Amino acid sequence: MLIKTQRPKYLNLLKIRQPMTAIVSIAHRISGVILFLAVPIAIYGLALSLRSAEDYAAIKQTLHSPGLQLFLLLMAWAILHHFFAGIRFLLLDLDIGLKLKTARASAWTVFVLVGAILLVIVTELLT
Amino acid sequence: MTFRAQGMRAWLVQRLSAVYLAVFLIAVVIWYFSTGEYSYDQWRHLVGHPLVNVALALCFIALLVHAWVGMRDVLVDYVPAMGLRFFILIGIAATLVAMGVWTALLLMSVFSP
Repeated sequence: MLIKTQRPKYLNLLKIRQPMTAIVSIAHRISGVILFLAVPIAIYGLALSLRSAEDYAAIKQTLHSPGLQLFLLLMAWAILHHFFAGIRFLLLDLDIGLKLKTARASAWTVFVLVGAILLVIVTELLT
Repeated sequence: MTFRAQGMRAWLVQRLSAVYLAVFLIAVVIWYFSTGEYSYDQWRHLVGHPLVNVALALCFIALLVHAWVGMRDVLVDYVPAMGLRFFILIGIAATLVAMGVWTALLLMSVFSP
């Protein structure tokens, strides 16, 4: 006999309160995809910087323009998050920090570190 | 370690490239904060230094391989339609190979005047 229950099924991802560890994980993926998309831009920048003295000066100036700085800030977030979350995953692979309490603490550490460094960068930019 | 299990090789490649990229990034940050402004000639000279050139080449190899495994993982998880997944994978592979050729030419270009 089938018993019909009214248990809530929260398959809607937006209704589930994700733990910090899950947020670090999905942010690692998102930052990874962002970095993948940015690779051609980075190589193009490197190409320009090596092409001629004029291009080198031009790219230096472009890097300091406000619009690009916002883009670079996004890149800074992506690199920083991918770096710190990546180190966390490498440590987890080595069985370091597998306990739930430690795993949660390290997930928070990733966010705090990334946030702190971004804060320093933004303050440097504004002053 | 056995490579009989599917995905073991990709798993290892992803971690080895990750370690190289992490070390490279740390080195770049240290370099950035320990040097002043570079002129164009100095910059070209730096990229032309054999050690820097090889380190950069390895960095791009690691980066492209890392991107390949990572993007493939993401696609396998989020694009269930095999045809579409294959189509996107081919596109990504072609892009990464093109990037590889581009950077190889770029890194060699500093040796010719």
